[in-house]
Amino acid sequence: MADNVKPRVRVPRSAAAGEAFEIKTLISHTMESGARKDGDGNIIPRSIINEFICDFNGENVITAKLEGAISTNPYIQFEASIEESGTFTFTWNDDDGSVYTDSKDIAVG
Amino acid sequence: MRIITLTAAVAASLALFAGASSAQVTDPLVVDGQTIVTSAPAPDFLDIDEVLSGWNFRTAETRALQTDDFENPAMIFVDQALDDWDTAEGTANKACADCHSGPEEFAGLRAELPRWNDDQGALFNMEAYINFCRTERMGADSLKLAKPRMDAMVALLSLQSRGDIINVAIDGPVADIWERGRELYYTRVGQLDMACANCHEDNYGNMIRADHLSQGQINGFPAYRLKNAKLNSTHGRFKGCMNNIRATPFAVGGEEFTALELYVASRGNGLAVEGPSVRN
Repeated sequence: MADNVKPRVRVPRSAAAGEAFEIKTLISHTMESGARKDGDGNIIPRSIINEFICDFNGENVITAKLEGAISTNPYIQFEASIEESGTFTFTWNDDDGSVYTDSKDIAVG
Repeated sequence: MRIITLTAAVAASLALFAGASSAQVTDPLVVDGQTIVTSAPAPDFLDIDEVLSGWNFRTAETRALQTDDFENPAMIFVDQALDDWDTAEGTANKACADCHSGPEEFAGLRAELPRWNDDQGALFNMEAYINFCRTERMGADSLKLAKPRMDAMVALLSLQSRGDIINVAIDGPVADIWERGRELYYTRVGQLDMACANCHEDNYGNMIRADHLSQGQINGFPAYRLKNAKLNSTHGRFKGCMNNIRATPFAVGGEEFTALELYVASRGNGLAVEGPSVRN
């Protein structure tokens, strides 16, 4: 597992049914691109988060495929709307097999 | 760079700013409801009328990042410093948290630094205080200056004073050092034969290549720079500036830069600490 990986998510505590609101996510990660070389000229192997998934009550909201040109500490912002109270779950899948997760509850009202 | 699904609101605000020049804006910096002073009457010893935070010279997009702690990339490093805060190290096997109730204990400190440390008989900046604690009380190694762990810890402690008005003492025991800093500020050096003042006093607000020159205030340091995607320390920035004018930089943490830090900090008396700021 890469060092210092820490997911952060901002979701409103409540939202009106059917109304779009903003979700912001940020995960600290070095996102080694695989294109850099170390001091001895050897290629540093790629180690990035290759997939981001957001689900709401088990239903997929967004899935993002991340490729080698992605920055460090990727920030992903999107909108969603809900009809019922529930839980957003966020999943980041790392190249090395690590999975980082976070979840946020939200109420309709 | 960041992935953003551009919402209508964001697109609209971009369009709104597209025509505006970014030099010396006057809109206030508000972070989580707290208004932070970004311009003030200049201290008496300066020839300019007003001191302006570097915030005023940056683009709308860069400024927007600093108005929300979630979007401020520097906060990632503040979080890392919080982990460090709880990590026991050294022969005393102590963490910062073993002696200090929390980083909040240092509220207000950043606004007074660098300042004279009577016990040690030396001018202390934040880095000096941190390393003094580490070597004398924790029995641990010094953190390397202008390196990620140190810059993150400085950011964490600076954040506690965010919004506090800078009030650096320039008299008493530090008077000579301050005078030395002032001399450095106005002394031309390097192949380009330039002093700090040539850019940051005579030409702030003007373009230098594709960028606006700021007043070179350090109230926002450590600053997260989009350019290198990390925190940048005051001395690291001084070094960068000296490289730019093709001079041989003084040593980071050395006597010259510490004197210069005192003088430059005092030029910002009246501005507020911006905690870790965001700059380009």
